[in-house]
Amino acid sequence: MSTDAYAGSYETTEGRIHTVVGGGDWDSVHGGTEGQQEHVVVNMGPQHPSTHGVLRMILELDGETVVEARSAIGYLHTGIEKNLEYRSWTQGVTFVTRMDYLSPFFNETAYCLAVEKLLGVTDQIPERATVIRVMLMELNRISSHLVCLATGGMELGALTAMIIGLREREIVLELYELITGLRMNHAFIRPGGLAQDLPEGAELKIREALAKLKHNFKDTSNLLVDNSVWKARTEGVGYLDLTGCVALGITGPVLRSTGMPWDLRKSQPYCGYETYEFNVATQTTCDAYGRFLIRLQEMEESLKIVEQCLDRLRPGAVMIEDKKIAWPAQLAVGSDGQGNSLGHIKEIMGESMESLIHHFKLVTEGFEVPAGQVYQAVESPRGELGVHMVSDGGTRPYRVHYRDPSFNNLQAMPAMSEGGQVADLIAVVASIDPVMGGVDR
Amino acid sequence: MTESHEAALETPLGVTEGRQITVKHGAFRTTGSGDTSGFGGLVTPVILPGATSRPFGSWFDAAADKLEKALRARSVTVKKAIEYYTVDRGEFTIVVRREHLLDVAQILRDDADLRFEVCTSVSGVHWPTDEGRELHADIELLSMTHNRRLRVEVAVPDSDPHMPSLTSVWPATDWHERETYDFFGIIFDGHPALTRIQMPDDWPGHPQRKDYPLGGIPVEYKGATVPAPSERRSY
Repeated sequence: MSTDAYAGSYETTEGRIHTVVGGGDWDSVHGGTEGQQEHVVVNMGPQHPSTHGVLRMILELDGETVVEARSAIGYLHTGIEKNLEYRSWTQGVTFVTRMDYLSPFFNETAYCLAVEKLLGVTDQIPERATVIRVMLMELNRISSHLVCLATGGMELGALTAMIIGLREREIVLELYELITGLRMNHAFIRPGGLAQDLPEGAELKIREALAKLKHNFKDTSNLLVDNSVWKARTEGVGYLDLTGCVALGITGPVLRSTGMPWDLRKSQPYCGYETYEFNVATQTTCDAYGRFLIRLQEMEESLKIVEQCLDRLRPGAVMIEDKKIAWPAQLAVGSDGQGNSLGHIKEIMGESMESLIHHFKLVTEGFEVPAGQVYQAVESPRGELGVHMVSDGGTRPYRVHYRDPSFNNLQAMPAMSEGGQVADLIAVVASIDPVMGGVDR
Repeated sequence: MTESHEAALETPLGVTEGRQITVKHGAFRTTGSGDTSGFGGLVTPVILPGATSRPFGSWFDAAADKLEKALRARSVTVKKAIEYYTVDRGEFTIVVRREHLLDVAQILRDDADLRFEVCTSVSGVHWPTDEGRELHADIELLSMTHNRRLRVEVAVPDSDPHMPSLTSVWPATDWHERETYDFFGIIFDGHPALTRIQMPDDWPGHPQRKDYPLGGIPVEYKGATVPAPSERRSY
C-alpha cells in the first residue's frame, strides 16, 4: 500500500478510499486495488479552467460518479468588508464595486441605497440619478449574463458560445467606458446620486448599442436554444426544486428555474422598478437548461427596461441637493484629463473661503451618518444581493456585510451534483454562475 | 404578495429608546499634542436605537403578538426569550436571548402567519464596549409567503461566545455561520462543521473584530512612512 503522505488510502465499509488531494503518483495508488470497489477523492481547482474562477472542489468519486462533493472557498478573500471600516462612506463605493466584479453597478447601488436609507434621504435622490442607476444596472445584468453564457459555454466545451458572449459583452463594456470612464470597477454610483452626469451623445450611443445587441441576441439563441449537444449537457442536470431552493436560501435564476416568480424588482421594488414594464422570466424544469433560458429571457427584458430609462431621462441634477451630503466637486474633462471643473476650482480657490472649507471637510472627513443598522437588498444577476450596514454615527461605516448571492448559492452545489457525473458538475457550477470575487469578498 | 414590504407607518408609533453603546472622545485620534482647537475635548456618545414601545405600526404588532402567543404555547416565558423589539427606519428587529433562539426560530419559520421560510444572511457586529453583549449576530429573515423581512438579533458576551446554530431550522445558514465564526469568533453550537471559511484554516484570530488591526504594509515614500490605514488619524 502507498505510504505517500499526500496520496494515502484508508478502508471504509464501502471499500477503500484513496485520497489524491494534493497530487501523487497515480500508478502507485492504483496498483493494489484492481478488482475492488474503490472511491477516489480528487481535488479540483482552485486553479482550473472549468471551476468558474478560483473555486476549489473536493470530490469523492466512484468511477465517473460524484458520491460526495464539497467546495472550498476563500482563495480570493480580500478583506473588503474590513477595509470599508477605515474609509469614509463615499470612499466605500470604490471598494464594493470590486466585490462581484461582474456586477459592479449592483454592488454600488446596494451600498448607496443602504447609506441613503441610514441617512433617511431615500426620497431626495434626484429622478435622473435613479433612472441612470436603473439603466446601468440593467446594462450590467446583460453583460453579466453574457459572461455567464460565455464562461459556462467554454466550460462545457462550446467555445463559439464563449466568443459570442464576450463579443456581445464588449458592446456593453464600451458603453460603461463611455459613461463612467472605466470598463469595470467604476465607483460611479455614489451616496446621494452619481459621480457625474452622462456625457454628451451618450443616449444616442446607448440606443445604437441596444439595436446591435437586440439583433445579435438572435445569434446566441439560434446557436444554443435548440442545440442538441447543449441540451444533452444541460437538460435534467443540476436539479434543485423549490423546497431545496428555499431551504438553502437560493435566489435568482436558480430559484426562478423552479417556477417561482421571485424577483426583488417586482416583489420588493427599489429605485422605482415598480414603474417599469418588464416580465419576470421563469421556467419549471429546475435544471441547468432552464436557468440558461431564463438568463436569455432576462437579457431581453433588461433591454426593454434600458429603453424605458432612455425614454424617461429628463435633464436635471444627478446628485442630492443637500450640500452636507453631496460631493462638492463637479467633475469635468480638462486639457490634462478628468478632474474638478474649472468653475469649482475658481470658486474654492479664488472666491469663497467657506466653499473651500466645506469642500475640504466633505472630501477629507466625509459626512456623518446617524447611528443604526439597515438591510438593503437588490436583485443582482445572481439573486439577492443584500447589504447589512451598521453606523455608529461617525463618518465611516462601523460594519458592512455583503450577503452575496454567489456565496449563498454555491452551498447548493453538492445537492445539485451528488449522484451525477463529473462532467455534470461543471454544468452545475456554470448554472449557479458564482463569481468568486463576490463569494470571497 | 400584495402587501408592501416597506412598513407603511401610518399608525401612531411607539417611542424608541436610545441605547448608549459607547462614548467617543476627541477627534483625529491625537492625544497630548498640545491641540488647542478644542476638538480633543469632544465627547460623543454613540446611541443606537434600542427598545421600541408598542404600538409598532404596520404588520409588526400582529407578528409580535403571534410570536409571543406561540412562545407561551411552548411554555416559554416571553421575557426570558425576547429582550426587546426595535422598529427603526421601517425595519423590524427582534432581539432574542440565545437560550431560546431555537424556539423563536422554529416558530418564525413554521407558524403560518409568520412563515419566514428563508434565512438570507447572518452577519456579526463587534461592540467591544457593550459589556456582556460584545458580539452581536444579526440574522436576516425573509418571508416569501407574506413578502416581509425581519431581523433577529442575538448578543453574546466575548467571554462566552456561544449561541445555538440555526442550521437545523434554515440549512442556508451553514456557510453564513461559518463566516461569522471565522470573522468574529462566535461559536455556533450544533453546527455540523464549524470551520473557517474565508481565512486559511491555520489563521490566528478573528479579523473582523474591532481590536484586530487592519495591518498592511507601511508605505515608504522619500524617507517618510505612511502607516497602515488602521493606524492613521481618523475623524
